[in-house]
Formats: sequence, structure tokens, C-alpha cells
Amino acid sequence: MIPGPFAYHRPTSVKEAVDLLGSLGDDARAIAGGHSLIPMMKLRLASPTHLIDLAAVADLKGVREDGRDIVVGAMTTQHELINSELLAKKIPILRETSLLIADPQVRYIGTVGGNVANGDPGNDMPAVMMCLNAIYHAVGKSGERRIAAREFYQGAYFTSLEPGEIVTAVRIPVSAAGHGYAYEKLKRKIGDYATAAAAVVLTMQGGKVASCSIGLTNVAETPLWAEEAGTILTGSTLDAATVKKAVAAAEAITSPATDGRGPAAYRTKMAGVMLTRALASAKSRAGT
Amino acid sequence: MAKSQISITVNGKKVEELVEPRTLLIHFLREQLNLTGPHIGCDTSHCGACTVDLDGKSVKSCTMFAVQANGADIRTIEGMANADGTLHALQEGFREMHGLQCGFCTPGMILRAYRLLQENSNPTEEEIRFGISGNLCRCTGYQNIVKAIQYAAAKLGGVPPQEAAE
Repeated sequence: MIPGPFAYHRPTSVKEAVDLLGSLGDDARAIAGGHSLIPMMKLRLASPTHLIDLAAVADLKGVREDGRDIVVGAMTTQHELINSELLAKKIPILRETSLLIADPQVRYIGTVGGNVANGDPGNDMPAVMMCLNAIYHAVGKSGERRIAAREFYQGAYFTSLEPGEIVTAVRIPVSAAGHGYAYEKLKRKIGDYATAAAAVVLTMQGGKVASCSIGLTNVAETPLWAEEAGTILTGSTLDAATVKKAVAAAEAITSPATDGRGPAAYRTKMAGVMLTRALASAKSRAGT
Repeated sequence: MAKSQISITVNGKKVEELVEPRTLLIHFLREQLNLTGPHIGCDTSHCGACTVDLDGKSVKSCTMFAVQANGADIRTIEGMANADGTLHALQEGFREMHGLQCGFCTPGMILRAYRLLQENSNPTEEEIRFGISGNLCRCTGYQNIVKAIQYAAAKLGGVPPQEAAE
């Protein structure tokens, strides 16, 4: 399979990249790792006439601490996330999630920015970023703005990103000391998107849930933040009855497609099962 | 579309070539450089038959444009043998342990295993299986591929290799 023809650009700064995107118009696309875009170009589902490769923009790489946040450059690969000691210590759910994305080869190339910005509901990071209340830095020709992950996803492949804007970094508040976390993903095989997946970050105090945030992957047109389920669990001991109520609340906001991964009703149930498992795992990892 | 000049080191040799931007790395390697070791299997970045080593990473060369690899250092199966012409420990392992049947996945398997052993010289069986999870084999059931990689890890680590497979 051979993509349609395009002109290739390799800017070395964010400004240069944004200027190119602005001046080349609607047929220009930014490319990060390209592991979503290139397969689409090979199938001719995407036919950009200009490709703006962000690989040489040094400012888009790396993981750094900034006050109470960790800022991950958009071109940081999943392989780099997995090997980041800072993230392993501060936001370990990112490592757990990255290890469940695709396969080793794809993780060497696939980037955080591409994963969160292209709006594919099958991608794993968006629900995790909603769970963590991350903020995306977006730069366009009128400068930088910050968009909450929880506000970013509008529909399948449809986000709050304006034409001509690129996501340059993801800013994530450091999870509380002693927090528990888990990302549970059901998939048919390595490399598959989730049949359903759930991200949980919670804190416990005196045997009770002090805070709880839940994200769900690939069970709707967009990733989901299950706010009500988290509220139901807060203050509980994660007893079976309350967990059941919260899981029902989470299942109620799903609207998965019936596809090769199973009928919609099955995928909704699996979202509930993944959430139940993630809650148990997060609790076992949390300090009291 | 105008061609771009790229400069890439492949198996230790520097090459300068003109490519169309839409030329995939796998097509560049196979058709322009006549390196037909990396195979086109699924052509959708699932099977790993096109895996090559690029700047210390295992990459699926069907899902990268040759222009993106400008300046890179690439190794393919054609560059795996030792300088004196003897087989690399991984190639020897695949032969000794019957790590291949039809052989189609083997170049990708070996290049992936090469990077895996660079990062982890003494992997457990589970680490090997997880490490090659982006490479599909439809013949062997993976048992002997895992043994072949264990053979190479032992040999490279100076341990006498285990007995060959039946």
C-alpha cells in the first residue's frame, strides 16, 4: 500500500511548525510518530498534500517537573515514558498504561502527543489523562492556550484543537503521595485496541476513599471521565454494595459500538468488570 | 512530487539517495537498496516482518517514510553476521534451536531480538515473550524462537549454549 503524494517538511521549532501549518492550509497535517496517520495514508483514508514532521523540534521532547506538575513533551515516546524514573515515581499509572499500548516496536515510535491529540477513542492515554485531570498545551498562530483533557474530546477524531494548532505538551498534576492507581485493559491480543478499559486513581484515608477519579477507554465516541462513579465511591470503604452502585453509574454513561470486539452490551459490561478490577488493584496499592 | 535527498547509514555503509517523500522505508530498503531481508508481511504495522533496527530502536519499516529516517543508522538482517562472516549468535541460535520453519518472520524476529538483548542481556522467558510480542510467527508456535533467543543470550553472555532442539 502506497500513500498519495505529499511534500515533506521538517521544521526545527514550534513556531516554524505552526507557521507552516498556517500557511499551507487545510491539506497540511502535522505528523508525530505517524503510527495512526501513516496507516490511514496507506489506506488513502487520509491524503495530506503537506506533511509537517515534528521529529526535529527539540522543544517537544522530554519529561520535566514544573512545580506541582509534570510536563511531558508531545513528542515523548511511549518507550521513553516507560523508562522515565521521574514518572515511575510520581505518576506510575502512565507506565502501566504505556506497557499496554500496541507492541514494543510501536512504543519506540508512538508519542504521547499523537496519542492524546488525534482523537481516536481507541487510544489509551486520553482516558488516563482525563482521570489525572491533565491539561494540554496547544500552540497555534495566535499563541498558546491550555485545554483540559476533560474538555478536549468532542467526538471520534474530533477534538477542541483548532485548525493550525498542535499539542506541544501535556501537563499532569502529580498524583498525591500514597495514591493507588490502576489501568485495566481487556483486549483480544497484543496490539489491539481495548474492548474496554478503565483507569483509576484514588486516595484512601482511615480506610475510606478520600478521592477517586475514573476514566474509561473505547466504550463511547470519546474517552469518558466517570465523574459520578467517582463521587459515589468517595467516602466509602469500597465495600461491595457501593462498588456495584458506582460500576452501574459508570456503565450507564457508556455507548460502545458493536464491532469485532463484541456486541455493545458486552463491551459495556466489560467496562464495568475492568473498573471493578481497577478499583481493587488501586486500593491494594494505596497507602491508608 | 519533487524528490528529497537523504543520507542514511545502512549496515555500516553510508548511502545517499533520492526518494519520493511518500516512499516507505521498507520499499526504500527492498527496492532501492536491494536489501530484501526485511519482509513485507501484513503491511499494516502488526506482524513485525519488516522490523529493522534504527538508531537503537526496533521499528516497523512499513510504517515510516524513508525521509523520516534521514540521518539515521539502520541495521537489517544483511548486517547481522559477524565481520569474519560467521553467524551472529542470534542467527546461530535460530539455526541450532530450530527457531524458524518457513523463515518469513525470521529477519524481523532476529532484529527485534537483537535490540531486546541490547537492552536486557539476560531476559527471562516472560521478558522474551513480551519483548517479541510485536512479531508474529505462524509456523513455530514461538517455543523454539524463545529457545533461540535464550541460546543467543547465553552465548553472548559467555555461558555454553544449551543442547540443540530435537
